[in-house]
This record gives sequence, structure tokens and C-alpha cells, in this order.
Amino acid sequence: MQAFIVLDGLVVPLDRANVDTDAIIPKQFLKSIKRAGFGPNLFDEWRYLDHGEPGMDPATRQPNPDFVLNFPRYKGASVLLARDNFGCGSSREHAPWALEDYGIRAIIAPSFADIFYNNCFKNGILPIVLDATVVDRLFRECAADEGYRLAIDLDQQTVTTPGGEALGFDVDSGRKHRLLNGLDDIGLTLLQSDKIKAYEERRKVDAPWLFA
Amino acid sequence: MPGQTLFQKLWDAHVVHVEADGTTLLYIDRHLVHEVTSPQAFEGLKLAHRTPRRADAAIAVPDHNVPTTDRSQGIADPISRLQVETLDANCAEFGITEFRMDDIRQGIVHVIGPEEGLTLPGMTVVCGDSHTSTHGAFGALAFGIGTSEVEHVLATQCLWQKPSKTMLVKVEGQLGRGVTAKDIALAIIGEIGTAGGTGYALEFGGAAIRALTMEGRMTLCNMAIEAGARAGMVAVDQTTIDYVKGRPYSPTGAAWDQAVAWWNTLHSDADAVFDRVVELDAAKIEPQVTWGTSPEMVTTINGRVPNPADAPSEIKRHDWTRALEYMGLAAGTPVAGIPVDKIFIGSCTNSRIEDLREAAGVAKGRKVASSVKLAMVVPGSGLVKQQAEAEGLDRIFVEAGFEWREPGCSMCLAMNADRLEPGERCASTSNRNFEGRQGQGGRTHLVSPAMAAAAACAGHFVDVRHF
Repeated sequence: MQAFIVLDGLVVPLDRANVDTDAIIPKQFLKSIKRAGFGPNLFDEWRYLDHGEPGMDPATRQPNPDFVLNFPRYKGASVLLARDNFGCGSSREHAPWALEDYGIRAIIAPSFADIFYNNCFKNGILPIVLDATVVDRLFRECAADEGYRLAIDLDQQTVTTPGGEALGFDVDSGRKHRLLNGLDDIGLTLLQSDKIKAYEERRKVDAPWLFA
Repeated sequence: MPGQTLFQKLWDAHVVHVEADGTTLLYIDRHLVHEVTSPQAFEGLKLAHRTPRRADAAIAVPDHNVPTTDRSQGIADPISRLQVETLDANCAEFGITEFRMDDIRQGIVHVIGPEEGLTLPGMTVVCGDSHTSTHGAFGALAFGIGTSEVEHVLATQCLWQKPSKTMLVKVEGQLGRGVTAKDIALAIIGEIGTAGGTGYALEFGGAAIRALTMEGRMTLCNMAIEAGARAGMVAVDQTTIDYVKGRPYSPTGAAWDQAVAWWNTLHSDADAVFDRVVELDAAKIEPQVTWGTSPEMVTTINGRVPNPADAPSEIKRHDWTRALEYMGLAAGTPVAGIPVDKIFIGSCTNSRIEDLREAAGVAKGRKVASSVKLAMVVPGSGLVKQQAEAEGLDRIFVEAGFEWREPGCSMCLAMNADRLEPGERCASTSNRNFEGRQGQGGRTHLVSPAMAAAAACAGHFVDVRHF
């Protein structure tokens, strides 16, 4: 997994609450057995006017000029500004894969759905929860200021506005450590193998039917 | 010290290791696997030269991509076919039991787990699928995970977790005739909202929950995720134990007695303290119908499509306006009377035998309205289908004009060939009415099986209690 340390990125605002993972990456693209290549189909049904199917050449698609990701001013954005309950619905990790493949490295919202939030950390994306009134203000600033960027520092746990204001955010210490260092969860867990084995031995006595 | 919640009991029984910050390595008893969220996990294992720690704890089934029509020729779509074949190959390589497409036990992963006794009380159950919350109906801690965690469970049989907050949803009183677990679920989501359960494990309790069958409890826990909660659960009681007894993978003999002794302790203590308690009166719950593009956008069959001007906030006004536009509905329209194009009875929410009995009870002696383009019934598993056929339910459906299909996820998410066309309106017993969920431009209204069957025969939504 790629580490996340600092990011100074162009911000794209997606002004909609309860954005679900079906919208982030529609079901037809979940048939892939690969982890990469979902970026061109991020928000497919909103982003294009024609119906998308796997294998289509993105160059032949008809972009929806009214969808915010297609506005020229947001080209190359790496910070997604979103509303409440972002990433609700299906557990599909294809959603963060698509965001990451598109180039999004941080998402700022007042709240996230649990499974999506967790999946982000497994893929080098930093989801940041800020107060709804603060997010509201960032939406306004972003709309008013073409080329609006935010500087994110995971170690310091700050989002810094172009005006120099540093907004603090919370992040779980374990997740922060793993993301800062790009660490593989499985490798860390396997360091606990003796404890897993000891648990299993105990459990075989207490609940033998689970090992039948 | 106050007593423990069911969640705390289940959690404590699975702790392997706790880090200084409270992050816990939790042991996973059962890992359910399907074809959509597993290929990249198996690939990751192979790239790292790892093997499953306990292949015996995993069970796999293809469900999302499988056709619900004649399967003798396999899957027509080559991309869907490859995904299912990849599951077959991975399970064969790593020694994981799989119920393949031609196996009578094949079905929706959340139907076959309980049906086979693979889901048992007291277990931790995970699957790369958000509707894993279903299995909490058995007094299990069950939640959906992403593909990285699928790989993690395969490799280590554990997951890193932090304890959730706990919410008790207490439904006292008695449900009215024609009102079902699906209506309770939608009423709860209408009450607390689609993010109301975020960060919580929900426990459903109260007289109306205790009166539910296991099928009803599964429907309810299935929808916990639509309230934002990764896990929903119901305490173990005699209903649970009676359902589990004698299933193919259930314990027997001395192990059964040992298991039941522990299972009987799997309930929240009377003095347990929850972080939040929500109470509903079952007698006041009416048949529910969603009108928008989020499960919280729900009203009763006697309700009307709301006016965005009445929304409680600016953001909600925006969402409601957009939802009405997408759904092609005008504010103030009575729900009863909204015409439907297609009917879908199925999904991990409502495809079990009891659901089919309820729907057949309404369809019996009636005909699907001529204005309805397609009414389909998709049983949750091969065994549900077999049982329904033994009871003659298939004949009732076919005589009424429904299509009787092969088991799978089908039009709940339209990954196979079953889908809505743009603008088509569907009465669906599934769990999500998101934009495009059942097909791009499709309009989904979530209802109970009985309400879906009534809508099929009337050609529009109608109160099943007076139908």
C-alpha cells in the first residue's frame, strides 16, 4: 500500500449527501477480477451521458458536462470534498480502488459510512471527518476560488486552507501509523501468530463444534 | 458493575489480542465468500505466497453473477463467467468448500449460511458483502468487510477492530396483520435515518422481535446496514435453537449440548447499558413503501410523496428534490396508486421460504395485472426453491403470471441479466433503492413480499391489508 504523509491537492466538491458505493462504481464494473483500472468508471452513471460497460474505451464515451468531475477547473483534483454519510451501501472495495485510480488521495466529509471509511485506509486514501459547518464553509470557499487547494498533513493531523488556517482532525492512532508508513496489515497480524494459535487451542476446548 | 450487552459478550469471546489504543485482534469463526469480492483477495494471497489459515472456516458460493434462467448452458456473459470460474479455481486450489452453480445448495450467500447451519449462534461471521449483518439474527456478531479484509481473514483468521457503540432498538407490542419484519426494518430506518446506526452495533429486542420467526429476524438484521450499522443482532432464544437444530453443519451429540448451554447465555443482561435506545410500537407500524433513492426516504402505504419544501434541512431539501426528479414523482402523490412496471420478489432480504409463502398467499387465485411487464420470483437458494415447489408455491406464482426463476442475487443489484430499463418502476423486496441500483435509470420502491405481490396483481401499490 502507498503511504500517505502530506498532500497539497486541488479540491473537487461533490455537493450531495448519502453518496453510495453503487454511485461511486456501478455494479457492471465489479465483474473485473483485477484491483486496478477502475478510475475511468468512477461515478460512471453521473460522469457520462452514455451507458458504460466494462471494456469500453473511455475516449469514445460522452462526458456529462454538468457533472462536477468533468469541469475543466477540477481536472487533476486529488482531494474530494463531500457531504454526510459518504460511501454508504455496499462493502465493495472497488469504490476506494476507483477513487484511488482516478487520483483521489483524501476525502473530506462530515461523516462516512463505516465499511467505506475502513476500506479507504487499506488503499492509501485518507478519509477526514470535519464538522458539518466547517465542511459547509469549505464548499463555499471552493466554489468561490478557482484552483482552490488544501494542504493535508497526516502526521500533524491538519488540513490547511489557502488562507493559512489549520483545521485539526481525529484519526485512530493505529490506522495513522499504518497509513504513514504504508504498512501491510497482514504482515503485522502475522507477528501475533502465537496468540492466534493460543486462542484457537483454548477455543477448541470451549467450543469444539467450531473446529469440527 | 452493570450487566453485559449481547455485543459485549460476543466481542469478549473472540478477543485474541488488544493493542494499547484498544484496537483489537478479533477471531473470525466463519468466513463466507462469493465471486465478486474475493478474486483480488485470492490474488493477493498468491502474490505473497500465503495460504488460508483455516480453509475449513470458509465456505464459498457464486450468487451475484449467476443467471436465474436456464443454467444448462452456463453463463452467457463472458466477464461474469470468468468471475465465477475464478471462484471455482481459487476454491479448488485452496481447498475451500464451494457450492457451485449446479449444486442444489447454491444460493445467495446470506441465505445458504443459515440454511446449512454454517451460521451458528455465538459466531463471528464475515463476508465481503455489506448484508452480512443478516447473520446477526442468530445471536452472532456478523458484519461486511472489504476485499483487503477478505484477504486478511483468509491469511490470519482474524481482523483488527475497535468495539462499536451499542444501540438497542426495542419494538414492543404486536404487529398488525399483513405487516412484516420488512416493514419494521423500513420503519426503523425511517425513524433513525440511513446513517443513524453508523458506528453502532444494533440489537433488536422487544416483544415484536421475539415473536418473529428466524426468517423475519434475518430480514430485519439484513437491513441494519441500510441504517448505517455494520452489525445487527437478535438475542438467542428457543426460536433460534429450534431453527439451528438438525442443519447439515450444526453440531450434534455432546457438542450440541455444550453449544446450547453457551448459546442460552447469548442475550443482553437485564441491567446492560446501551449507548442509545430507540423504541417503536409494533402496533403503529403500517406497510411501508419507499418513495426516493435512499431507504430512509420511506412512508406508509397510506402516505404521500413528501414535498421538498417540508424537508428538515437545506441539504435534505436538495436530496429530496433530486430524488423526486430521479423517481419521476410529484410531491403530494398518494403512494397507493403509483403504477409499477416490474416486480422483483427475492434478494438476501426477502427470498426465504416464509417470504415466498407470504407472497404466494397474496398471489393465489389472482393474476398479475396486464400493465405489469414482468413479475419475477427468485428463491434465495436451490433448497428454498425445492421447498417452495414441494408446497406448490411455484404453481401459484406461475398461474398468476409470475416468472419462477433459479436462485441468486438477481435484480437486487442487476449484475446478471435481470435488470430495470431506464425509467421503469419496480416494486422490489430487496434492500436498496439507490439510483441505478437495479439498472441505470431504474426506479426502485422497497416493500415487503406481500406488498410486492399485491402491487403485481393490482398494477400499482395497494394496501395488502385490504386487498
